[in-house]
Order: sequence, then structure tokens, then C-alpha cells
Amino acid sequence: MSDDPADDLSLYPVSEKAPERVRTPTGKPLSALTLEAVLSGEIGPEDVAITPEALLLQARIARAAGRATLAENFERAADLVRVPQELILDTYELLRPGRARDAQQLLDRATLLRRDYGAARVAALIEEAADVYTRRGLFVKRY
Amino acid sequence: MSEARKDGAAPASNRWRRFGEWDARPLRQDLFAAENPEAGFSVFRSPHDPAPSLTIEDGRVSVMDGKAAGDFDIIDAFIAAHHIDPEMAPVAMAMDPGAIARMLVDINVPRQDLEALARGLTPARLAEVVGRLSALEITFAYAKMRQRQSPGNQAHVTNAKDDPLQLAADSATAVALGFDEIETTMRVASNGWANALACTVGAAVGRGGVLFQCSIEEAEELQIGLAGLASYAETVSVYGTERAFIDGDDTPWSKALLTAAYASRGIKARCTSGAASELLMGFHEKRSLLYLEARCLCLQRAMGVQGTQNGGIDGAPLTASMAGGVRELMAENLIAVWLGLECASGNDTRTSESEIRVGAKITPYLLAGSDLICSGFGSIKKYDNSFNPSLFNGEEIEDYLVLQRDFQADGGLTPVDEDQVLGVRMRAVEALADVMDELGLAKVGRDRLLSVVFASGSQETESFTAGEVTPISAQIKARGITAVDVVRALARRGYEPEAENLLLMLRQRLSGDYLQTSSIVRDGRVMSAINDPNTYRGPQTGYRMSAPRWDAVQGIRNVLTRERVLAAEDIKDAAEVDWLVARGTAGRGTDPNEVVIGVSPGFARQLHRTTAGHRLEDVAEALVGGIAEGGGTARLVRMLHTADTSFLGLAAARLSGSGYGIGIQAKGTTVLHQADRMPHLNIELFSNAPLASLDHYRALGRNAARYTHGEAPEPVVVPTQGEALGARFHVRVALLYAIETALTDPAADPVELDYRPDAGGANV
Repeated sequence: MSDDPADDLSLYPVSEKAPERVRTPTGKPLSALTLEAVLSGEIGPEDVAITPEALLLQARIARAAGRATLAENFERAADLVRVPQELILDTYELLRPGRARDAQQLLDRATLLRRDYGAARVAALIEEAADVYTRRGLFVKRY
Repeated sequence: MSEARKDGAAPASNRWRRFGEWDARPLRQDLFAAENPEAGFSVFRSPHDPAPSLTIEDGRVSVMDGKAAGDFDIIDAFIAAHHIDPEMAPVAMAMDPGAIARMLVDINVPRQDLEALARGLTPARLAEVVGRLSALEITFAYAKMRQRQSPGNQAHVTNAKDDPLQLAADSATAVALGFDEIETTMRVASNGWANALACTVGAAVGRGGVLFQCSIEEAEELQIGLAGLASYAETVSVYGTERAFIDGDDTPWSKALLTAAYASRGIKARCTSGAASELLMGFHEKRSLLYLEARCLCLQRAMGVQGTQNGGIDGAPLTASMAGGVRELMAENLIAVWLGLECASGNDTRTSESEIRVGAKITPYLLAGSDLICSGFGSIKKYDNSFNPSLFNGEEIEDYLVLQRDFQADGGLTPVDEDQVLGVRMRAVEALADVMDELGLAKVGRDRLLSVVFASGSQETESFTAGEVTPISAQIKARGITAVDVVRALARRGYEPEAENLLLMLRQRLSGDYLQTSSIVRDGRVMSAINDPNTYRGPQTGYRMSAPRWDAVQGIRNVLTRERVLAAEDIKDAAEVDWLVARGTAGRGTDPNEVVIGVSPGFARQLHRTTAGHRLEDVAEALVGGIAEGGGTARLVRMLHTADTSFLGLAAARLSGSGYGIGIQAKGTTVLHQADRMPHLNIELFSNAPLASLDHYRALGRNAARYTHGEAPEPVVVPTQGEALGARFHVRVALLYAIETALTDPAADPVELDYRPDAGGANV
């Protein structure tokens, strides 16, 4: 990929223009997802998931199309690919109003995500939330 | 009135009765609300809305829309941090809002330039600018600013029993109708997994490639999506006031995390917001609907979601109750697309009991196009819609198809024929039954399948009840059944095309192509704002239907071709009937009580029935009989020089010994004329032939005879109840009349006809 945004745009749709740039989480090419492979068990549910690399590629495409905030969302998503479902849902729950007792609980979660999963962009989002929640008094229990 | 005053009693009804009739119309069930900003009822502008303003210090927003950063609520804070582009903002905020409004409707200003400006505008300024546009200008600006070039539509597929068989059949039907997305929800929350499985299988029947979502609690929805049993999500709701947001049990940061979580699982997501949601939730801060919605939309762009379901949504009926409310719904959609968001543009809630208001509501969207014109068109019947009735529903799909055809506007739907629908419905229920069997979820009897295939709605089915579905749904979830299992089950049971369709959607998930703005999947290919961008720049640009697409849109049921009309009419090759025999050129009569009946060139030769369905033999008998009853003598003459009613009548009158004549066309239009009159100044006329009875013809004959005796009979009035006769008959009339005009010969003499009623029944 060059630094010319037009080059990134020319890769879209990736499944048609640059299928070789995406793989399954298990390293198989897109072309491996055939009915025969599903029937033989060669392809399972673990193969049908997007990778951080594909999301970062889509982020470059979005940015090249002038959609910077969408690109940032894709980058946060790339952070979350390897985060287990339960931890994502628990973090979502923690960000809801009145769930965290205090800012520290949110900051701890940010630290964990950054440390264990390299999820720096998601961690930054949570730290920003901790700051605003403190100022707006959102650590009040709701039920 | 005066009598009531004299005796002092109250009049029975001191009221123009038309008001009573108006009271009984469906419209009057709608409520209409007065403007009241203190109570949250203001549409475009409230005195409590802030004046637009923006101050940036050291690259950070320090004041926005009159509020200092230290006072920002959660929405302000997120918008200031993630929406406002500090480089664009000083330029955009310094511009005259009127100039920006004009740029929105200027075909010479590219969409991308305006999107760049929007990134520097605050919510209050965005609302101020679109508030300067009329409804027509908003529609035009929307057509220019919307993101994907090709318009699309989304279906609701639900039913009152959560019956998976019906969900599958109705999903397949929705696919056949051309919907790009299908959204389901449940009557019973625990049936979510069964609903998702059923719609996934049904949506794989036919062309495939349809995006599908299951609207349910956020965590559950993410789980269903992760299992591949949903490909997009739409329930990321946001609100325009802090208190409403918190009562919605979220914050911009929790929603931003959820949005990223969907993308991390390869699931397309859009947010939901719409006018009056804050008002319904009791926290409106006395702000106008549009200003609060502008906040919601800036927030959505800030969160990095690709699109929005926007335009009132659940608050649409309340918004539409206010003056200018429907214009506001359009204005907020315009802000959405101006911010570069995909817009599923509302039109998903029944905003009125008036069919006229419903039709008017959808029209600007049909004309402008939209990424998804309805964020839920009720493809099922109203009572089966678990979201609540949509603006358009199963009952009204054909009305919508005709609107597309009327305006030559692509509303995203395609007409279907009866065999095609039965085919896909049968295929869908069989496929689902086999998948459920293959996965050990349920065995379904043939009777259930058939009851669903032919049913218009769940009130007619003998199938699963909501309670029966719950354990199936629980099993799907507990056993971790995924779309890959469904692909396998479909293929094993011989549903290879459906298995391939579903696999295609799973393969798309790997590339993430449909995560980009305004994505849909057609013919196995992702189309989005990136590879199918809206390029509207004035006439002959932007989206136009291709010739095959326009052909498809025209293909509504029962379109009359000339051949079909003529085949249904009683049309013969030119031949003489034995009850009306030609015998030479007709001359002028001398009988002072004679009434000449001048028939048209094709009368009882090529054409044998009036548009009311009367056989011409019976019509002739009624006219002749009536003339006799009135003391006259009838004589029949065929005119060949004209087929026009007035001239038939006048020519007949000029041949008549009395000077009175009747002209009649084969389609039944009849005139009573007098020899000295101007052609179009007749005595009596039956212009609405479809309403004329044989008794009317008889009475007209009687009147004609009485005129010959110098009497002045009461004219025959054919009563009308205001039927749209043109809509009902003119296609037939035009084609039938063309047969008659083709037979005319300006030089031909009238032909004397020998009327032989006793020949009887020979005009077969």
C-alpha cells in the first residue's frame, strides 16, 4: 500500500479487487471458502471471521474516501478482534451509566485491554469516558 | 334555523353536515398538536435552542453552541472531541448559513465539498442551515447528498406467533420483492435465535445476498451476529439529551464501543435516532426536534458508525402531529446524508390513519431516492408486524409498486407474480423444515408447511405458536449452532443454491467490504458509497433506472395490452348479425313521431357489449321499446362517417321525420339530439356509459318519443357516486373507441338497418 489515497480506494471492494489481501483467521485464502470445504469440515465457524488486517485495510479505504471517523471505528474494531466476546460484552456493560463504581474501574479496564490485547485505541476511548463520566457524575448506581 | 329560533328549541344540528362526514374519515383519528416549546413541542426552532457558535483554542473546542467546555454534557463532549474538524471549523462556521443553504441545492457544488464543510459545523448551525430550505428544496438536496447512487429498501419480516415457517416464507417473499435488507424482531424475546435461523434460511432462497438483522437486546444481538445468523445491526440507539441517553441505559462511549464491537465481528451496523424520541422519553430540555436530532447525527458521525436509521422512527407519529413535522423528518434525513452517513430514512412507522397522508409522506423519498427508503417497510400484514405497523405494509405493497411506476422512480421493489411467490414460499418452508430436521431441532409436518405457504398472515396458519418456538430457540443458542452449520445442513438436504447464497454472505464477512458506508449486496457483489457513489450533478446525471430495471418496475399485475383488452371484450370480425340487417342507403323520414337511432360503425358488427356489460341487442331493445312506449316510431341507421356520439346523434336527428334522434356508440355512450342544434349542444347525454342501465336506455327512448309530441319530459339522470370512472374504464374505452374510429369513412352514406328483434340470440 502506498501513501496515495487513490491507491487504497482502488482496492475496493477488496473481495473483487484485492482478494489476496484478506485471509481467514486460520490463514486460508478467501477462495478456500467453498461448499465442498464446508461439507468436508475443512471450513468451520472459526474460519468465518474478519481479521484485524482486513479491518485496517478497510480503515485505509475509508480514510481515503474522506471518512476519517469511520476509519477510526474500524481501527478500534481491529483492536477488538482478538478480545474475547465475554470481555467485550463486560466492557460494554461497564461503560453503561451507573455500572462502574468509579473512574478507576474504567481506567483499570483500559489498562487491561491495552496490556493484554494491545487495544490502545479502545483503551483511549475508555479513558476519555472515565474523564467525562467523572465530570458528569455518571457513577451513580441505577439499579 | 329560523324555525328553531321561533319555538326557542335548540336546532337538531346547528352544523354544516360536511363536518360530520369529515369527522368520520380515518384522518380524524390522527391527533394534531399545537406548538409549545416549553412542553417540548417545537419543530425547527425553539426559543431555548442555542445560537450556533464555536471557539477553538489550542486545537480543542472550548465553546460550542454557546456552552463552555466545562459545562459540556456527554453528547456535547463527544461531538466536540470527535465530530468537529478543527481545521475546517473556523472556515465553515464563518460562512453565511444562507450561502451554505444555497450550496446544498446548487448542482454546481459537489457533494464532497459540502460533506467537508459539515465536518466543521456545530449541531445548531447544521439545524439552522437546513431550516432555511423548503420541503421541495430539502427533497432536492437529499437527492444530491445521499450516499449510494442506487436506491434500496428494507423489509420488516415478523409475525404474531414468532412462527419460523412463516418467517422463512415471508423472508423469501421479501427477497423476491427486491428488498436489500430484512429486519426481524420477536413477540417473545427468547425466540430470537429461532427467528434469526428462520430468516437466514428464508433470505437465502432466490437471488440471495440480502442483509439480515435480528433486533433484540444489544448483547444478544451481538451473539447472534457472531454466530453468522445476522449480518447487520440497527439498534444502536442514540438520543439528543443527556437524561434521555442515560434512561436509554447508554452513553456515547458505550455505544461507540458497541459499534466497534460489531465491526470487529464483521457485522454492518447503523445507529438509530429520530425526532421526538427525547420528547417521548420525557427529557427534551425544551429544545426543538431538529436541533436535538442534529446533535444525535453529529454524535453518530463522531462515533464512526457508517450510517443511521433516522427520520422520526418511533417518534415519527408525534413529529407528524406538529405543524411542519413531516418537513422536519425530511430535514433531519438531509443532515444525516450531509454528514456522510448512510440513511435508512424512516418511513417505517405508520404516521397516520389517512392513506392520503401516507402516500404523500413517501412521495418525496421516492422522488429523491434513499439508501434504504424505508427503514422497515412492513412486508407482512399490519397485525403481524411486531415492531408496530409500518408506513407501508403487506396490504399496500402493490400501491407502492404502482407509485414507482407512476413517477418512474426506483423505490427498490420489484413486482412479483403469483407462481413465483408460491414457488419461493414453498422452497423456503421446505428448506427450513429440512434444516431443522437435519440439525435435530424439530420435525415439521407437511400440513404446517402448506398452511403457511398459502397464508397471507399468521391468523390463517396452523403452525408453530410462540410457546412452541421458545425451546427450539433455546437449543440453537445452547448448542452454539452457527451459519456454517446451516450451510452444511442446506447442502446435505439438497438446497445447494441456498447453501451457496448463505456461504456468499459469510465470505463477504471476511473482506469487510460491506462495513463501508451504505453497503448492500446485489448479485453477489457489494455496492456502497465507495464503488457506487451518488454522482448527482443535475439533469442526466446520478441514478437513472436501466432499461431492464425500468421494465421490471413496470411489470405490475394486470397491465392491459391492446390484445388483452380486445380478447376480453366481445369482439368479432366484421360480420352482420341477423337482428340488425343492412339494406341500402338510409334516407330522411317523414313520420312526425319518428326517432332515428344512429348507431356507430362497429355497433353489433365488431363490438357487441357496452362498457357496463349490456349486450347491444338488449340495449337496442330497450331504446326501441322506450320509443314505442312514448308513442314514437323507431328507425335504426348505421352511421359510417363518424363514431363521435354528438355527430351520431345529430346526424340521426337530421334523418328523423320528427327532427329528434338518438346517437349511440357500441361502448354505450348515448346522446339525444335535435336536428337544429349545434353538435355539442345536445338535449340529453349518457356520458358515463359504465353506469347506464337498460332502464336508463328505455327511459331515454321514451323521452325522445315524447319530445316528438311536443312534451318536455324530465331528463333521464344516470346517478354517479363519484366513482373514478376514468381510472376504471378509460384504458378499455380508448382501445374500443379506436376500433370504431378506424372503421369510419367520411364519405360513406348512412345505412338503413332492418331491426329484427325476433331473430333472437344470434349475435353469438
